[in-house]
Amino acid sequence: MNCIIIDDEATARAIVAHHCSKIADLDVIEEFDNAIDGLKFLNQQNIDVVFLDIHMPGFSGVDFVQTLKNPPKIVLTTSDTEFAIEAYEYEAIVDYLVKPITDERFLKSIQKIKNSVLKASASTSSENSSATLGEELYINIDRRLIKLNFNEILVIEAKGDYIDIKTETKEYHVHTTLKKIKDKLPEKLFLQIHRSFIINFSKIIDIEDNSVLIEKKVIPVSRSSRPELMRRLNLV
Amino acid sequence: MQQPNLSYIKELAGDDKVFEQKFITILKEEFPQEVDIYKNHIAKEEPRSAAEIVHKLKHKFNILSMEDAYRFAVEFEDELRVGESKLHADFMDILNFTHTYLKTI
Repeated sequence: MNCIIIDDEATARAIVAHHCSKIADLDVIEEFDNAIDGLKFLNQQNIDVVFLDIHMPGFSGVDFVQTLKNPPKIVLTTSDTEFAIEAYEYEAIVDYLVKPITDERFLKSIQKIKNSVLKASASTSSENSSATLGEELYINIDRRLIKLNFNEILVIEAKGDYIDIKTETKEYHVHTTLKKIKDKLPEKLFLQIHRSFIINFSKIIDIEDNSVLIEKKVIPVSRSSRPELMRRLNLV
Repeated sequence: MQQPNLSYIKELAGDDKVFEQKFITILKEEFPQEVDIYKNHIAKEEPRSAAEIVHKLKHKFNILSMEDAYRFAVEFEDELRVGESKLHADFMDILNFTHTYLKTI
């Protein structure tokens, strides 16, 4: 992977560059002390990751993210923890690092970037295969049969006699049970991680303690499901 | 006042003494430059611009493990953003103290 560092503080750039130097497959291509120059560079070069200071005078990190049409993976760096709340509003932002950045936290961020790249690639591959193999199911809502591709389903949640199927664009309330729909789903793509939740394994963004993050939803992992979840992770 | 130290820098550098020295050089160069810009904004009664510099300086306090100074800078930055600068004198004491320390390393 290659990356650039954008920060108006020389000390902050030096810290990130030094952390990067400890990662074997991560090369710092360029450093910038302002977002405009970084933006110009991104328009000319193919870059995998941007370490971006969110708080810069004139043209901030948020302005920067909003300006990019096809953004690379972005890791925000910030001195203010409150900016972290904004961090996940943009799809390209995979993590935020609070300064001063420690080795441990930086490594965690690198892992998040790698996971994000892998998921994007898996998602593309999944979309392609689905289109050709017809991997889908139909749900009955108000006597209408609605087709859902497996790869667009994020999470399925039990709600009494109903289930809620959350996709990337919509949420469907269907009269059936989690058990019944589980039998219709491919095991390689879906996993029940709690008595009330089935998740699309390829959509996981992050796993922390006893929960997984899918899109912006935190889903609990039951103690009994955790071993199977851990077994299926491609852990390094 | 809380004594600055190099524990974060040493942890970051590990065995890389060349980086450690290079980083300290950058810090010693950048800190007084930012202090000058800060003083200039205060002299011109530009508190919001001064807040931008305080924002950068507070990162330096963290680098030097000065947690109390960092918290003070957070409070002062907020004050400057609303156009006040009552904490300026106390903040200058912290800056001078830090600058003196940086001259010793």
